[in-house]
Amino acid sequence: MPSIIIPIMQQKQVAQAISKGKRLDGRGLTDYREVQLETGIVSSAEGSARVHLGKTDVLVGIKIERGQPFSDTPDKGVLTVNAELSPLASSMFEPGPPGVQAIELARVVDRGIRESEAIAVEKLCVIPGKKVFVVFIDIYVLNYDGNLIDASAMAALAALLNTKMFKYELKDGEIEIKPGYTKLPVKDHPIAVTIAKINDILIVDPALDEEQVMDARLTMTLGKDGRVCAIQKGGSGHFTAQQILEAAKIVQEKSGEIRKLLVKD
Amino acid sequence: MLKIPQKTSKKLIDKAGIRADGRKPNELRPTKIEVGVIENANGSAYIEQGKNKILAGVYGPKEVHPRHLTMLDRMLFRCRYHMAPFSVDERKSPAPSRREHELSKVITWAIEPSIFVERFPRTAVDVFIEVLQANGGTRCAAITAASVALADAGIPMRDLVAACASGKVGGHLVLDLMDVEDKMGEADLPVAMMPNLNAITLLQMDGGLAMDEFEQAVNLAITGCKQIYALQKEALKARYVAVKKAVEE
Repeated sequence: MPSIIIPIMQQKQVAQAISKGKRLDGRGLTDYREVQLETGIVSSAEGSARVHLGKTDVLVGIKIERGQPFSDTPDKGVLTVNAELSPLASSMFEPGPPGVQAIELARVVDRGIRESEAIAVEKLCVIPGKKVFVVFIDIYVLNYDGNLIDASAMAALAALLNTKMFKYELKDGEIEIKPGYTKLPVKDHPIAVTIAKINDILIVDPALDEEQVMDARLTMTLGKDGRVCAIQKGGSGHFTAQQILEAAKIVQEKSGEIRKLLVKD
Repeated sequence: MLKIPQKTSKKLIDKAGIRADGRKPNELRPTKIEVGVIENANGSAYIEQGKNKILAGVYGPKEVHPRHLTMLDRMLFRCRYHMAPFSVDERKSPAPSRREHELSKVITWAIEPSIFVERFPRTAVDVFIEVLQANGGTRCAAITAASVALADAGIPMRDLVAACASGKVGGHLVLDLMDVEDKMGEADLPVAMMPNLNAITLLQMDGGLAMDEFEQAVNLAITGCKQIYALQKEALKARYVAVKKAVEE
């Protein structure tokens, strides 16, 4: 059972700093931790990226395989997002099938990519209703120090931008892979920004010590034209309508900053 | 023949702003809440919202199982959202899906702020939600019913949690989306709140909304929550009047 004494002391420390407009690691309230990005680091994957967000470390690998479309979207390729909270990343993670934290992480990242229509899935259809390409996005958490959602969404987008797509031809109704690659068609660049609320103050990019004492969090994913594509509120606290609109303003500004780091054009 | 669904459809809402089921943009589906419907549960509620039919039952406060989850300073509060295999068109496997795992968690987060969890250390309260028939907006209807069931169980609460979605369908902002509107529309924004405390406890969205539309949609969902809140209170009062009558007889 987690001890309850340390979090109470920690809560005071974290909250006191935040009420003075500071954070224990020296950041301002709306500052991200340093983002480091490496791409194309796993050659067996069609695309890959590793993001360090402060001490949080996430690796995303992308595999593309031949498969069948879903019956309600027969003319579109398939997108699948999965997250693994490897026990090597934290003493809080245990081996076994994905728990609810991993499921939520994968689904929130999935929603951002899917709803922004980041991948041109219509171009991944080969024979409508029969043969399409399936894009598997696998999130691997290598070190956990808070805000997995933003780090994973960043790594997933960076990996997609770095993903190579097979050249293929149709022979007797079968897909045949040809040598050479094209780029995976990526139309939008969704950026997830997570805001935590601690004692009615909003902060960006909560680190683990802040996550442990936060009342609630709000993640908004914005497309490149600034529209809202996905939202997730987490944690057993609340936001006022006023705070949600305030958070939306912060997200607008921050998503632009992060997009510049990830998307070079 | 393959049917290729379109992201937007003109039929979802006509020129006069009337929706596929005859509702106005800001109109809820017909909603009925009943309290005290499961004999064995400490508290229970049933909701029909349009074609949704959902049961919620509360068990607790009780001992915590498994024991290592016991918390010394507060109650362990858990909600389990589950859909019956026959609740949707294509049979759903009874094993909990990833979607049901996520919804169980966000529903727990939506309701927990309303409960005085610190008054019941070392105990657990479980809310079991069974969706018998689903037609869009089940997470919101489930929260509405679960909160009423908790009140029926006599669990001390700061306020009821009422939930309702808004969204964008055929270019219009609408309230309380049904299944086709959710699937074919442009955006879905479920909201849960404690209306008396102006506290939003669930907020999710998928689709695409410009910032100003998002702001309007949140406000529209809040008006929906307030209407649902009135129905919740009515249902609880009706239950107590019935109990009072039964005792007096």
